[in-house]
Amino acid sequence: METTLAVGKSIPKKESWDKVTGAAKYNTDFNEPGLLHAWLVTSLYSHAIIKSIDKTKALEIPGVLSVVTGDSMPRLTGPVLEDRPPLAIGRVRYFGEPIAIVVADSLTRAKEAAGLVYVEYQPLPTVNSVKEALEEKSLLHEQLATYRHQKANEIFSLPGTNIANHIKIRKGNMTRGWAESEVVVDSVVKLPQSVHAAMEPRNARAEIKPDGKVIIHTSTQGPYDVKKDLSYYFNLEESKIVVLVPLVGGGFGGKTTSQLEILTLLASKAVHGRPVKLVESREQDFTSSPGHLGLEARVKLGATREGLLKAIEITCFVNTGAYTDSGTKMTRAMAADCTGPYNIEHVHGDAYCVYTNHTYVTAFRSFGRLSHTFAIERAMDKLAFALGIDPLELRLKNAIKPGHFTPTAVRLNSSNIGNLSACLERLKKLINWNEGIRIVTAHNKVRAKGISCLWKTSSSPPNATAGAIITFNRDGTLNLNVGAVEIGMGIKTALAQILSEKLQMDINKINVVMEVNTETSPKHWKTVASMTGFMVGNAVLDAAEDVIKQLCRTAAVVLRCPPEVLQVGGGRVFMKADPDIFVEFKNIVCGYEYPDGSSIGGEIIGRGNFIMHHLLPMDPETGRGRLGPAWAVGAQAVEVELDMLDYNYKILKAATVIDAGKVLNPKNARGVTMGGMCMGLGYGCREANLYDSGGVRINPQFRTYHLIRFGENPEYLVDFVETPQVDAPYGMRGIGEHGIIGMPAALANALSAAAQVNLDFTPLTPEAIWQAKKEVMS
Amino acid sequence: MLETQKYVETGLLELVVNGEKRSVMVRPADLLLDVLRDQLGLTGAKPGCKNGDCGACTILVDGWPIKSCLMLAVEAVGHEITTVEGLNGTPLQQAFVSEFAFQCGYCTSGFIINCQALANIHPQADEAIIREWLQSNLCRCTGYEEIGKAILSVISKN
Repeated sequence: METTLAVGKSIPKKESWDKVTGAAKYNTDFNEPGLLHAWLVTSLYSHAIIKSIDKTKALEIPGVLSVVTGDSMPRLTGPVLEDRPPLAIGRVRYFGEPIAIVVADSLTRAKEAAGLVYVEYQPLPTVNSVKEALEEKSLLHEQLATYRHQKANEIFSLPGTNIANHIKIRKGNMTRGWAESEVVVDSVVKLPQSVHAAMEPRNARAEIKPDGKVIIHTSTQGPYDVKKDLSYYFNLEESKIVVLVPLVGGGFGGKTTSQLEILTLLASKAVHGRPVKLVESREQDFTSSPGHLGLEARVKLGATREGLLKAIEITCFVNTGAYTDSGTKMTRAMAADCTGPYNIEHVHGDAYCVYTNHTYVTAFRSFGRLSHTFAIERAMDKLAFALGIDPLELRLKNAIKPGHFTPTAVRLNSSNIGNLSACLERLKKLINWNEGIRIVTAHNKVRAKGISCLWKTSSSPPNATAGAIITFNRDGTLNLNVGAVEIGMGIKTALAQILSEKLQMDINKINVVMEVNTETSPKHWKTVASMTGFMVGNAVLDAAEDVIKQLCRTAAVVLRCPPEVLQVGGGRVFMKADPDIFVEFKNIVCGYEYPDGSSIGGEIIGRGNFIMHHLLPMDPETGRGRLGPAWAVGAQAVEVELDMLDYNYKILKAATVIDAGKVLNPKNARGVTMGGMCMGLGYGCREANLYDSGGVRINPQFRTYHLIRFGENPEYLVDFVETPQVDAPYGMRGIGEHGIIGMPAALANALSAAAQVNLDFTPLTPEAIWQAKKEVMS
Repeated sequence: MLETQKYVETGLLELVVNGEKRSVMVRPADLLLDVLRDQLGLTGAKPGCKNGDCGACTILVDGWPIKSCLMLAVEAVGHEITTVEGLNGTPLQQAFVSEFAFQCGYCTSGFIINCQALANIHPQADEAIIREWLQSNLCRCTGYEEIGKAILSVISKN
């Protein structure tokens, strides 16, 4: 297909100038007279009975209107398993858990009063690790058996334990698999929880109009889920709820499920519907709102002496924290992709979603694959070492291909899997793999490389939908209105590019509606899972077809010919056979007016939609099923320089090759990929939620929780392979998350090679490397 | 002294922001960041941590980059304040657009202000200086390469 106008072009983001001038408005930027302010009272204990809450002193502060506590909403919530009270009821299960909301006429007074809410606790034993959870040191949810499941076929909890979900993958025949394996490696990895750390802290505001209409302004990736959730939890008609979302200051999955929206609505209810704004402090964003899962996993991998993978047994324990939120779904997602992008016939996988007294978790860029990939890729490197085969060659030999079956028994073709081997071949050159994995460069200095493959599909519900509406202005320019949220990945611009290409029309004449308003924007499942380009893009194409049909119908009358001989392009409808015979959009989009004033046609309004097809839930016994429409695969590498005396290291280079299907916007694709890589390296080298022995978070701010800063980033090498996904707009694949997935694994593989010790954990701090070295030497 | 007396009696201050004299009413404890945002509607500077760690609230005070969450509004009297709204169509802003040096844009005002100060104060800055300066700001979306290219493109023109 000719794609020359907009697709494949590095078109700057539509909202660029708003963002470089400070004019871009985020949810926290809105203020109005009469707006009330809320502040959270949060738990000081990781696990405790709340004996009493004394609000008296707080309510004495002038300007304080209400102190809202858990009794205002005596029910549990959760997107899959309903296990979480929005405000603690009688008990807290993690440090930072919201206990009360203070509403006041100023933030200063709300904060002052929050400090005067006296909570009396009776501490309970803290489940401070997956190990302690499995040993049942304490039970977090005695009532697990009675919790409501929002989704059938997804939850297989083990009441009486701390296991909220158990997902099984059973494929092939393990006895045969192990019999055919001549070399077997066993690998155990351990990865901590971390935080999303979007620069805009999570926030929301709510008000209730006199007629009962609820208005929620929020920084969310899932406005339609917020609407659905509030309707369900508060027993409101959906037409009584409007969710409005401006530009979002980073999401990374952390703004996907409802939390502060519920709290602000409770707060507004307590003050007779007056508007209430709640903005979390950085510390609250890190401790009260959900973070990224932790993982402990064991992988047993078997292969022939030639290096052909035969069998895998994998057990994953996901640290979901105190509540499940999306933890159960991520547990399922990592089980579904549990082999990594390798062809393995015999698979035995178990993934457990485990409660602990840590911060609860929600979706995080890659939806669990980041952690799971670490487990697989460390095992692959150990296998390569045991076999004496080059790690990259071992991956090439086993790379998943069309014709193979996934762990959930989906048969693959080139459209739904792409070309991993091509990614590996490209990576090999990019990182100069053949120069050697470990090179001693100077006295006590070693330069080493490590690699990782990756794959990911979505975990969309089989009925996930997207929509698009196109309206025209009288000058022939148009407006695109979709339910996708702009969280920074340039989705609105990408959709405009798709539309520009389809209508063969200057992208500057396409106005995208930047905000999402659930009252007027067509529904989109949610802006997650790297699925927005695919889903909303298809809806946009459908809407464009609709527009073309209508344009041609009116133009056919004007140009006195059948619509079939007409074509659209350059803001005109013209005859295919003679482009000089045309009518401009501006003359027909709001009806065509004849010289005598009589008119035909009417306003052209395009509508398009999309629904997922052929997705199937996973079978509870075998895992057979289909979670997403297609995978994006890729290969990544990291090159480090390690000082063998003090184990300080520098990440010199990081490389990524992803099969993007079709790169819609090269500079943007590179940028989003590098961003993912940087975030993945941060997780690999320094990021971790740290808890003390009582389960109290000890690093809940940027001062103590370090992100990679400017100049600490490596040199980035990024390239793309393009194997089209045939049912996606212009063949594109969603790759927004993928840059992060293999980075921690590649870093650990590089450092393991450099230090000549197995490093099966993150964060890979110099001290931790020294410890690992010391343990093997003693 | 007269100014102090006036403030004590009225709570009123005069700030010079983006070249304009602006009158604000503040508590002694009010952060400059909050006053700029809530009273003057200059929301380009963003709260990201209110702890001086992230740099999203960076503004210029007499040409030097300052984290406005670490400065009281009362301390700003007598100084020239410049926020991102005070920059209009500068080569640096153009470079940020052309280099795709932002994604979500939340940290962008702070980065641009810091970069602008750097370009003004060290027009010939080398990589070490750039690194030292820009380490005071955090970006969670990009991998920093694009921001580096944007500042370099402006500095190399000097």
